[in-house]
Amino acid sequence: MDLVAAVVWNDGRPDGTGVHRSRNSVGQVNFDNRHDTPFGLPSPPDRALPRRDILLHLGLGTFMCIFMKKPSTLLDKLWGAHEILRREDGTSLLWVDRHLVHEGSHHAFAKLAARGQPVAEPRLTFAVTDHYAPTRQRDRIADPDIARMIETLEGNARTHGLEIFGLCDRRQGIVHVIGPEQGLTLPGLQINCGDSHTSTHGAFGALAFGIGATEVAHVLATQTVWQRKPAAMRITFEGALAPGVTAKDMALGWIARLGAGGAQGHAVEYAGPAVEALSMEGRMTLCNLSIEGGARFGMVAPDAVTFAYIKGRPYAPGPSDWEAALTGWRALRTDAAAEFAREVVIDAAEIAPTLTWGTSPEQAIGIDAVLPAPESLGAGKAAAARAAYDYMGLIPGQPIKGTPVDQVFLGSCTNGRIEDLRAAAAVLRGRKARVPGLVSPGSALVKQQAEAEGLDKVFRDAGLEWAASGCSMCVGMNGDLVAPGKRCASSTNRNFRGRQGRGARTHLMSPAMVAAAAVTGALSDVREVMQERT
Amino acid sequence: MAGWTRHEGRAIHLPQDNVDTDQLIPARFMSTPRVQGYGDFLLHDMRRDEAGTLRPDFPLNGVEPASVLIAGRNFGTGSSREAAVYALVDAGFRAVIAPGFGDIFAANAINNGLLPARLEEREITALAGALGGGDAHVSIDLGNCEIHAAGQVFAFELDAMWREKLIRGWDDIDLTLQRAAQIRTYRESRVADMAWLLPDD
Repeated sequence: MDLVAAVVWNDGRPDGTGVHRSRNSVGQVNFDNRHDTPFGLPSPPDRALPRRDILLHLGLGTFMCIFMKKPSTLLDKLWGAHEILRREDGTSLLWVDRHLVHEGSHHAFAKLAARGQPVAEPRLTFAVTDHYAPTRQRDRIADPDIARMIETLEGNARTHGLEIFGLCDRRQGIVHVIGPEQGLTLPGLQINCGDSHTSTHGAFGALAFGIGATEVAHVLATQTVWQRKPAAMRITFEGALAPGVTAKDMALGWIARLGAGGAQGHAVEYAGPAVEALSMEGRMTLCNLSIEGGARFGMVAPDAVTFAYIKGRPYAPGPSDWEAALTGWRALRTDAAAEFAREVVIDAAEIAPTLTWGTSPEQAIGIDAVLPAPESLGAGKAAAARAAYDYMGLIPGQPIKGTPVDQVFLGSCTNGRIEDLRAAAAVLRGRKARVPGLVSPGSALVKQQAEAEGLDKVFRDAGLEWAASGCSMCVGMNGDLVAPGKRCASSTNRNFRGRQGRGARTHLMSPAMVAAAAVTGALSDVREVMQERT
Repeated sequence: MAGWTRHEGRAIHLPQDNVDTDQLIPARFMSTPRVQGYGDFLLHDMRRDEAGTLRPDFPLNGVEPASVLIAGRNFGTGSSREAAVYALVDAGFRAVIAPGFGDIFAANAINNGLLPARLEEREITALAGALGGGDAHVSIDLGNCEIHAAGQVFAFELDAMWREKLIRGWDDIDLTLQRAAQIRTYRESRVADMAWLLPDD
């Protein structure tokens, strides 16, 4: 049996990064051809090796090979731990530790019902009401379609015996907020959900990625998912962030630089001192936005910050398992000499408070910058920029700062956590908002915590509406919409045309920047707004 | 899902980059049961003016139905909503040809028999140019990964496994259930290694 396929393919990327090495859990080294493609990562015809009896078959050379382990990435380790088998075509069958479903999963439950199939692992499947959750007047839902979506999820949870964090549950909230909050999200686990922002959970060193409805049905039926291993990419943030700059700015910064499809086909590991310095909330924001740069996976190696966040959470390992869990989790790090298919290094100190000006997350600039001339963006992007300016009602060459806004929104799976609300409240405390706005905490428990800290009063005193938790105005499925032509400073994740409502003009930014826009009634530099305080 | 190897149909060109999932199907339509059909929701707000009238100049609003969409970079970027693929499929589309696709969109497309064919940007330009003369008829040969149009042949990229899946119309659940024993073995060892994996009832 050959252990090492010492053949190197190169897909001819101009930067020579087409070669990708991966290793499975027994130390097998593969050299895979990793095209920088959005799908389809062709690989050599290696066969997965049986794990248990492998040593019996190996000669001395390969034995040495195993114990002189090639360094591996965090992705390699997570992938290897979840790979049940790999087909000859290179596709892996992965085990799913946590499957999170929401109202939008109705298509998948319908597929399951059509097959007469039960849910394979009800104890590993958790239902969450978030996408359609009303943020006001929950006792009487006016829209029958919304009521039906919520009832359908509750019915499916009942039918299949799933734990549900339903509308009236004190733990209700956005799936990517409550997974971590409840301790369901843990290092080393594989977490799937029919939502592209599932990459959020990678902040804990988990293998987490969004899937479509057919794949959701597959996970429901088998607790597994077929997936081609993505190429590994590392984005290292050197140095430290300047005051007033957050994880949101780091994310918008790299996406502006690499493009909305810049990390397609890759799993991004975020590393470096500026990432290590982030709280879990900040790391979740960073991983959450991976998909806006094209990466289905985002991850951060777990450390003391991670472990401190997890300890004592309802579904986290209890005292009797804690030390054993920690031992395993501490090994979830990229080895020192591991190689990535792509490496990007960014100086954190150079990142300014960043916001979007267009209709793609890549159309983002620092608050001090002027709106770029379309032709300066390169031939391929000029037409899109012109269309975006037209839609957004902005003129290139003008400063973005000072652009009047009509309203603000604080919340979402990107920036609806307690730290986000604290950051916004720090700007708003004792001030009045010049425009109306909605604050929807990421979960009912975040709401409760914020109220205990008096943050709700800060928002209310400023004139903003304090509402219940859900996906709310990020996607507008629950009816929280921005009116046509209105400009909204938003702590959310997508500035796509019509995302917050038909004709809505969305500017993505950090919660503190949203608060600054509320105070001034215009797109503003939070650093200046805070300076006025001192 | 029925497999397919050849498709003949009319192609239309939507020369825009980053056509995202919120464009392909606005969120407000996604509570609709699939049986009602998603075709009318496809690119709903791009195709219609504020009053809901179809814009006559929009490529999809031609008289003849089309089944092949030629698009720009990063097609289907954004959300995991499979409804974006349902809208295309229910509107009669069998293939999208673009320089690149959102990862989740492409996987969803394969699961619904929709071909996400990757063609380099200059090839896209050449293909669209070749079709510009009025003859918008194309023929797709999935077995050879070729598009035949206006007497020219364009070779597209597609993962070999995905091509197989499209051709055979495989149902993954059936295939996976054949591996039930392996899955069970894996599960047992995983739960044994990690006592906290199964939450308490």
